[in-house]
Amino acid sequence: MQKFVKTAVAALSLAAVAAVPALAADPIKIGSVLSVTGPAAFLGDPEAKTLQLYVEKLNAAGGLLGRKIELVTYDDGSDAAKANGFTKRLIEDDKVDVILGGTTTGATMGMVPLVERAEMPFISLAGAVVIVEPVKKWVFKTPHTDRMAAERVFADMKKRGFSKLALLSETSGFGQSGRKETIAAAAKAGIEIVADETYGPKDTDVTAQLTKIKGIAGAQALLVFGLGQGPAIVTKNIAQLGLKLPHYESHGVASAQYIQLSGDASEGVRLPAAALIVADDLPAADPQKPVVTGYAKAYSEAFKAEVSTFGGHAYDALMIYADAVKRAGGTDKAKVRDAIEATKGFIGTGGVVNMSATDHMGLDVTAFKMLEIKGGKWTLVD
Amino acid sequence: MSDASTSSILGRASPETTAAALATAPSFVSRHAPTLALVAVLAVLPLVLPNAFYFDVVIRIMANAVLAIALNLLIGYCGQISLGHAGFFGLGAYGSAILTTHYDWKAPLALVVSAAVVGVLAWIVARVILRLKGHYLAMATLGLGIIVTIVLTNEASLTGGPDGMAVGDLNILGIRLYGERVWYPVFAGLLVVAIWLAGNLVESPAGRALRALHGSEVAARVVGIDTASFKTRVFVLSAVVAAIMGSLTAHYLGFITPQVASFHKSVELVTMVVVGGMASIWGSVVGAALLSLLPDLLAHFEGFETVIFGVILVATMIFLPRGIVPSLLRLIRREG
Amino acid sequence: MSQFLQLLFSGLTVGATYALSALGFSMIYNASGVINFAQGEFIMLGGMVAAVLTASGLPLPFAVVAAILVVAFVGLLVEKLAIEPARDADITSIIIITIGVSMILRGVVEVTLGKGNLTLPHFSGDTPIAIGGATLLPQSLWVMVVTAVVVVALAAFFGRTRVGKGILATAHNRLAAQLVGVDVKKVLLASFGLAAALGAVGGVLITPIATTSYDAGLMLGLKGFVAATFGGLGSGVGAIAGGVLLGLIETMTAGYVSSSYKDAVPFVLVLVVLVVRPRGLFGLGSSDRV
Repeated sequence: MQKFVKTAVAALSLAAVAAVPALAADPIKIGSVLSVTGPAAFLGDPEAKTLQLYVEKLNAAGGLLGRKIELVTYDDGSDAAKANGFTKRLIEDDKVDVILGGTTTGATMGMVPLVERAEMPFISLAGAVVIVEPVKKWVFKTPHTDRMAAERVFADMKKRGFSKLALLSETSGFGQSGRKETIAAAAKAGIEIVADETYGPKDTDVTAQLTKIKGIAGAQALLVFGLGQGPAIVTKNIAQLGLKLPHYESHGVASAQYIQLSGDASEGVRLPAAALIVADDLPAADPQKPVVTGYAKAYSEAFKAEVSTFGGHAYDALMIYADAVKRAGGTDKAKVRDAIEATKGFIGTGGVVNMSATDHMGLDVTAFKMLEIKGGKWTLVD
Repeated sequence: MSDASTSSILGRASPETTAAALATAPSFVSRHAPTLALVAVLAVLPLVLPNAFYFDVVIRIMANAVLAIALNLLIGYCGQISLGHAGFFGLGAYGSAILTTHYDWKAPLALVVSAAVVGVLAWIVARVILRLKGHYLAMATLGLGIIVTIVLTNEASLTGGPDGMAVGDLNILGIRLYGERVWYPVFAGLLVVAIWLAGNLVESPAGRALRALHGSEVAARVVGIDTASFKTRVFVLSAVVAAIMGSLTAHYLGFITPQVASFHKSVELVTMVVVGGMASIWGSVVGAALLSLLPDLLAHFEGFETVIFGVILVATMIFLPRGIVPSLLRLIRREG
Repeated sequence: MSQFLQLLFSGLTVGATYALSALGFSMIYNASGVINFAQGEFIMLGGMVAAVLTASGLPLPFAVVAAILVVAFVGLLVEKLAIEPARDADITSIIIITIGVSMILRGVVEVTLGKGNLTLPHFSGDTPIAIGGATLLPQSLWVMVVTAVVVVALAAFFGRTRVGKGILATAHNRLAAQLVGVDVKKVLLASFGLAAALGAVGGVLITPIATTSYDAGLMLGLKGFVAATFGGLGSGVGAIAGGVLLGLIETMTAGYVSSSYKDAVPFVLVLVVLVVRPRGLFGLGSSDRV
């Protein structure tokens, strides 16, 4: 938490300097509960770094409406029960103006009842559809949903003339929500699921499941729904078994780590992902180009690490909130909530966001690009 | 032992005889002084706690303390380790959640039925695995806990899977329990009752037998104590308490995930018992308070909280090997 | 048939790593009667240190040896700083100490080496070997062969060397061993160093296949504990047999029954085994101390 202290100290000292001549405005307090450690750390860590970086940037540029921003971040250790406790702390003790985060769907759903009761604007960074369906008055989210990922994969499969899919999902929250949405969306898209296998997030070998899939006649493609090192092990096992099925991954592997861990075995793998990780390859006319290249540059310069789409979700959440505060003319929670819901044409790292009373995410399936790994690099398929 | 006789002893006797009298026949006040002090603290706390977050912290401590006391009866007095107690907690929590959500049962009925089912299950399990010793028992209980977690994770149509499920409020006798300030007296009452009952149990003939068990099982058997029956009953009791606390915690939090039943949670409970002090009821209260507070206290040491947590565990066990409360009591007695 | 063969190969690879982990548990259990919950962290540490060293440009063989030495040293430190000072503590307290140690190791790795997943190059390439319609990675052969070598070496160590015999004697009867001049303190120290080194060997071998990260130790340790109990705590043969059986059962369950419940099956089986044979498949009976 040194970083937090540093941020807070920087914010306070800046605030003190600014406050001397003019009004001593209270800082805007942004609270956040992220999975900075634990199994979901590779999601939560870039999210926390991104928030810290951009809060500093906003403060250096004079803050929001002339008020400094103070960031309070808690690490839930990837434990939804802790996320619940820290959310109470943010609401009751830190008295924040907004809560960003909930890295995982489990953590987010544990926070939802609290923010709803406290009438606190809340922007989640987690993937599953259940967060925004049915719509909850105070709950918004920035990442694409797992259902959209499945739909995007189905669209690509159909283009290649495939209709029979073998599904291999992780037993993590992300994987199981993905599995549910994939099966639900398959019927509508006219895709037949011919295999439905799972693996554990800490499994060291998945050849048994893949051998089973290999033995199933008629499978035309394989979709792996998982996060972190699991999909990398699956990918290596696929190469070992010489399984030739066209291989799709979910947006859960959209970080450089996946390619590093799976090496040559990842060649030819396709996945739906936000434009962020192919920032430099986007056509100049793409409206997202300046946003994603700017974020990618700032992040990699500040932390000497490659961007992942996960940090981008945090960027989008912070900027959507900042934008809403400006339009609401203050931090009044109800007004800010209305302003977030009225977000239109906001360009983030995840796509163009158009929220409404019935859509608290505001992204459509075009926000997902279909990527293929070629020569150890992400490339755009279309 | 009435208050009148207490004052008469205190009034007339010399210090030595008073001490002797207290040692042989403790008065109501002195015997219950810590409990009375706790009741006083619990009664005053709501007036000084600044906001709902602090109520939440105290509630979590009280819930963990009840769990730790029940587990301590098993670990401290029977010498039986359980690394799967969170499994019973999880079964209680999910029992209430599933019966109220999917089958529209009344919450109190769901709570009672879940606890009863867990009790029967624990009884069957105890008959089978309490024959095991030491680490084999640790393995068996650990396995049970993990099996519960895996089932809760996999049966997503009932449990919501790894992302968990929402739980409605608890209505008892027309009162809807919602919010920290309403739940506070519930958990506070449970804690006081748990301490009182555990104290009585420990001081009863059965309790003395329990302590004998931890000392030497063979010896206990030799003097004619039915060890198996005692161990089974304590195992079932601690499992049922865990299930009830699970149900209540589920209603209180409003949301649960399979992590409530995880190995991590089981280890946390055992740690509370051992760090606080085995075979010490107040040790469990202190252990629960310490281990519930640590994550919040360490929340500002990003990255280092795991290390600090580990160092505290190791240091406590090295320097206060009997646990905090018994070791400190010993020190005080020696000083005095 | 080829499917069965494939599952057999996978099961043996996974099983060999469980066996190495289980051996570490058994060794410390023999010397001290303690279940060392930090054993999994030794496995993680071996993989992490080797991965970081190779990434910094050290040739693989040097990195591997250095990693094993570093972890063995950590094992000695753990014994000196955390276990020895608590010699007289209750068994349950010592379990808590080892849990504390595992948190410290995990936390230190998290802070110093980061939260990312790391991997090692395969020792002799990753071109699979085709056998009877199934495939086997050269790395899997490494895992199985090294495990076998370790088992033979350990058997020789316990059967022929003074320290080895001392450990066995201590396991059998601490007081008697002390009386015949075995330095029980040194035996305990040696067993921690050796168990840590064993863990590191396992970690280094499995990392090219399974990748590693700061939190990989818990699951590997838990599986090792299950394997050791399965075979009978303290029994070397039991640890090996338990590990291999566990690996095979898991893989066969995933392949033929249900991949969702493959993690539950070993725990159910271990319960059944304990009910039927309360001291594991190869465990020795002993009377209670009065």
